[in-house]
Amino acid sequence: MSVATLQRPATSLRRTKLLTTALLAVFLIYTLVPLVYLLIAATKDDEGLFNSFGLWFAPQFHLFGNIRALFTFQGGIFTRWLINTAFYSVTSAVGATLLASAAGYAFAKFRFLGRDFLFALTLGAVMIPQTALAIPLFLLMSKVGLVNTPWAVILPSLVNPLGVYLMRVYAEQSVPDELIDAARIDGAGEGRIFATIALRILSPAVITVLLLSFVATWNNYFLPLVMLESSHLFPLTIGLADWYEVSSAGGGGQALFPLVLTGSLVSILPICALFLAMQRFWQSGLATGSVK
Amino acid sequence: MFDFVTATPTQAPPRHRGHRLRRRLVPYLFLLPFMVLFVLVLIVPLLLALDLSLYRDTLARGQIFVGLANYFSILDDSSLWDGLAHVVAFGVVQVPIMLAFALGLAVLLDSGVLWGRRLFRIAFFLPYAVPSVIGALIWAYMYGPSFGLFSSIAHAAGVRAPDFLSGRMMLVSLGNVVTWEYTGYNMIILYAALQAVPRDVVEASWICGATPWQTALRIRIPLIGQALVLTAVFSIIGTLQLFNEPEMFKAIAPDVIGDHYTPNLYAYTLAFTDQQVNASAALSFVLGAIVAVVSYIFMLATSRRAAGAG
Repeated sequence: MSVATLQRPATSLRRTKLLTTALLAVFLIYTLVPLVYLLIAATKDDEGLFNSFGLWFAPQFHLFGNIRALFTFQGGIFTRWLINTAFYSVTSAVGATLLASAAGYAFAKFRFLGRDFLFALTLGAVMIPQTALAIPLFLLMSKVGLVNTPWAVILPSLVNPLGVYLMRVYAEQSVPDELIDAARIDGAGEGRIFATIALRILSPAVITVLLLSFVATWNNYFLPLVMLESSHLFPLTIGLADWYEVSSAGGGGQALFPLVLTGSLVSILPICALFLAMQRFWQSGLATGSVK
Repeated sequence: MFDFVTATPTQAPPRHRGHRLRRRLVPYLFLLPFMVLFVLVLIVPLLLALDLSLYRDTLARGQIFVGLANYFSILDDSSLWDGLAHVVAFGVVQVPIMLAFALGLAVLLDSGVLWGRRLFRIAFFLPYAVPSVIGALIWAYMYGPSFGLFSSIAHAAGVRAPDFLSGRMMLVSLGNVVTWEYTGYNMIILYAALQAVPRDVVEASWICGATPWQTALRIRIPLIGQALVLTAVFSIIGTLQLFNEPEMFKAIAPDVIGDHYTPNLYAYTLAFTDQQVNASAALSFVLGAIVAVVSYIFMLATSRRAAGAG
């Protein structure tokens, strides 16, 4: 890679390479075992779970049976949860990204009264424990009658202070003032400059914030737990946690274990696929924030 | 959406002044949507909670103003201190271990002397994509005695598996789950910072005869101090608000994890099980204050040390 690496003898380099890769491989096993366990467990029925080794398949391959059971159990409520989760995540991510882009752009490219104060306020919010906020938020939402509606989950998720920070840093580095001035001289309005020029340059950061907000909502547990009561409004995390608690308590005598495991697998697949597909973007986007 | 500003009456003759006014308003208009929601979902609930924390529900006279009494009784409540003791013990051990792993992995990846860098990078990050609730649930099943992975391995080897869900082991078991979930995320941040260390600095140290280890310890790691502090602060904040993992483990170890195993579990119990909204609001504030103070002290301490070293 670097000059000196090339100068060192080939055999020692090979040995170092082997050692590094081996060390990383050990941690890789630790990282992957739970996921492999989940993948294999999802192919077993209740009996297979109890009577076969965790990291190997049971004699009966039950994955498709489990999936069928998952999507038909309790009148197909799992499909409902899947749709809810997708809806909450998409609306929150798009909204949060738009708001954060506009705010970050303003912080980066304009000088105005109160800029430092407002930015400090935004950053300070990162420090507030999410969960310390959820209970006051619940009280507020119940005052205005929004508890147990999708709004109670979506509205708070639209505010992403970290996204504003990332956008500001990225805009400062990548959107040249000259370009904005040139567009102004050409008579473009500020809204149009932002929408057609700045947003395009900001697209790596936009995708990062989009992805991070999406994942944050997809994976959120505490906020919907506090806000939602009706199971037809639940996202996947709450629904699965419910089934899991019922099955762990041994309630109902129902064989819920395979459903919980298969449901877990189904709900992490979209998000893993999304991360894999978008890795170029979020890696560079996260880099922006940490370097500053 | 901002065009209505240009269409104000000042547009025509004193063109210069209208232009300047417009220019002054623009940043506020960009900020407006974010700030309105920011105030609605952050500032207003905080003020509401502050207000609530100063009252108490009484049977005889309804809500009465009690000043700081709720705070005194929360600080006097052993349940809060039990929970704090757990998260502090957790944080003192788990956060350094996790960050050491994250840093080690990042340095190894950044060294470039390895095969399959892309594969490692993405695989280590995967657990972050798994909802913490599901991560906790998978581990709970693996720990569990009924069809747990560890118990079946131990059974095959003819030994008894440790009871991961006992009172003595619980913090370790939880710490392992959190380490599994967040090491990769922290690694990505540190790795990105390492990649941003100027190449010529690194190459200069090579030319001066430094070994890879010396370069890593003396040159690269000090240069990413800021990113390390960032990951540490976020980890500390996360630890103090620990909720999802113990909440999930409560289902399989109800005797070990009670209603106040962490301060956040306690706040949740107070608000939703015990209906003691005022006490819960006070607890939320105490917890928020602790988070702010701890993060602040940590940042102050690390920045002073960095300044001293530089």
